[in-house]
Amino acid sequence: MIEARSLSKRFQDKKRGEIRAVDNVSFTCQPGKIYGLLGANGAGKTTTLRMLATILEPTDGTAIICGHDVVEQPEKVRANVGFLSTATALYRRLTAQEFVEYFGRLNGLDEPTLKKRVDTIFDRLDMNGFRDRRCDKLSTGMMQKTSIARTLVHDPAVMIFDEPTNGLDIMTARTITAFIRECRNNGKTVIFSTHIMSEVEKLCDTIGIIQSGKLLAEGTLPELRDKYAEHDLEEIFVKVVTPHYVPEEKN
Amino acid sequence: MSLRNVGIVYRKELTEALRDRRTVISTILVPLLLFPVLSVGFGTLAVALVGKAEEEVPKVMLRGGADSPAIVDGLKKLDKIQIVPEAADWKDEIINKEIRAAVEIPIGFEADVAQQKAETVKIYDYDGDLKSDLAAKKVDKFIQQYRDKVVKDRLAAKNLPETMLTPFEVKQENVAPPEKVSGAAIGGIIGYMVILLCMTGAMYPAMDLTAGEKERGTMETILSSPISRTHLVLGKFSLILTAALGTAVLSVLSMGVSFNVLAHYTSKSEGGRAAAAGMLLQLGPKTVISVFLMAVPIAVLFSAVLMTIALFAKTYKEAQSYLTPMTFVVIIPAIAAMLPGVELTSKLALIPILGTSLLCKELVAGTYHWNLIAQIFTFNCVYAAVALFLAVKMFQRESVLFRS
Repeated sequence: MIEARSLSKRFQDKKRGEIRAVDNVSFTCQPGKIYGLLGANGAGKTTTLRMLATILEPTDGTAIICGHDVVEQPEKVRANVGFLSTATALYRRLTAQEFVEYFGRLNGLDEPTLKKRVDTIFDRLDMNGFRDRRCDKLSTGMMQKTSIARTLVHDPAVMIFDEPTNGLDIMTARTITAFIRECRNNGKTVIFSTHIMSEVEKLCDTIGIIQSGKLLAEGTLPELRDKYAEHDLEEIFVKVVTPHYVPEEKN
Repeated sequence: MSLRNVGIVYRKELTEALRDRRTVISTILVPLLLFPVLSVGFGTLAVALVGKAEEEVPKVMLRGGADSPAIVDGLKKLDKIQIVPEAADWKDEIINKEIRAAVEIPIGFEADVAQQKAETVKIYDYDGDLKSDLAAKKVDKFIQQYRDKVVKDRLAAKNLPETMLTPFEVKQENVAPPEKVSGAAIGGIIGYMVILLCMTGAMYPAMDLTAGEKERGTMETILSSPISRTHLVLGKFSLILTAALGTAVLSVLSMGVSFNVLAHYTSKSEGGRAAAAGMLLQLGPKTVISVFLMAVPIAVLFSAVLMTIALFAKTYKEAQSYLTPMTFVVIIPAIAAMLPGVELTSKLALIPILGTSLLCKELVAGTYHWNLIAQIFTFNCVYAAVALFLAVKMFQRESVLFRS
């Protein structure tokens, strides 16, 4: 379970002064559910997820993940989290197997357990054909599978996906969305950020709309439709993030 | 502190480093090949060039001397030079290397000498040109011998003993053992090379493991794992330190082998034997271990400083532009230690690179000033610890890790 409590992050910029990337954001993600964080570029999605993954430290507020505080116990939090984004690249000089094993060891797995986990994951993701191939020789799809294997190796209870399909071709993107669904079906707590409406509609149990670092709306898709009197998620999104909303002209 | 985690990071970084062509070249191949190329290659070339120059029969122009047949005949009989007729543009001929030297016998030289009047024989050469210097030396040697003969004849004519002019001999004798002589002569180079190669060995991995990792997008991947940032930085630092010390070890081994090969080769020739004796360093295990013990804190200092600076960069190229000027910061004090007359004092010992460089010079010469060794080692350890602490702190700073 993820419980964000008044999460805030401020940065200092020489030209622009203080920037509130995330401003007092609170939400809860339940096990077996997918929480979708929907926002435009620069809305604060990545910063929020990085704080949950303890890559960044909140300026104010905190989050509790699997009972551990992201500020007080960041290493314990990370041990319970699988973090995947298009920015999390692979070590190109390691083979796919070495890469996954490295993260398994960093997660404290002993060698017999690690071997079993790696074999299971490689079988499940159909990765045996390239397990000994160096990561710089893998196709985009193979790289994504290897990244997925890395997030799964320690069997975390929480999965965080930061725009995981960004820039991927449709087939690779489908592999990722199928994997996100599988995580939910396995009872994991899943949060993922995106600006692609169709992904949110297909996957998310709860949607949070974020703009300028603030969580402006939250609810299930039917709840949002009722609240904003719009069926189309894109219209709902625009209505939420635009102060002076003008409906799209319909031909 | 979990050594297991530090070890996991270290092993992974080592695997990657050994698979990276650039790291292998800068850490293993360059130190292994640099000294054979420099010493055996250039040394052999230098010996061959000197030998060739010595074998040449240089052309020497004789100016004047028509009324001094004895000295002229003597010069002409020298089998190591070829006397050429006088020409008006003799200076140009020396400058253009058509002749190697010229000797000028003043008018009425032998008559003046016979009357015990002061005279001057002039030898003209091209300073800095090896073949011209050798030719001038040959002529000078003959003129000196001719002068000695004149002195002897004059003393004999007056029934005076030769000791009249040289009542006693002055003899300079070396009492320092050969390793101290060679240590003093080229010991500074050892310290300089060890320090410089510690730096160059650390430079590439320092950039690759920090700015390179940011550029390739793997920094976020590793930061999402449960390893603490302190363990991560210590694992990376250990690999950079290994590269720094590995480069220095390989360099000294390569240097030792190269010197021995050069000594073996040059000792075959008469002229090269003396040079070989000077080049042959007596690097016993005690000296080697001492030099490396002193190099360890310096290597720690370099590894930590380079890693901290490189971490600040966003890209590998940016890191290169920050670290390249660092080479001069290291080279200047290391070269200063090689200057003649610069000796190790307790004040100079405080300057990190200069102190160590001077100490290495002393160690290679077999001199152990234990108080200075303890002082330099302690201060270097303090500098290294501060640098490592800063590196760890830098790794905690989001503004550095996610600088955009």
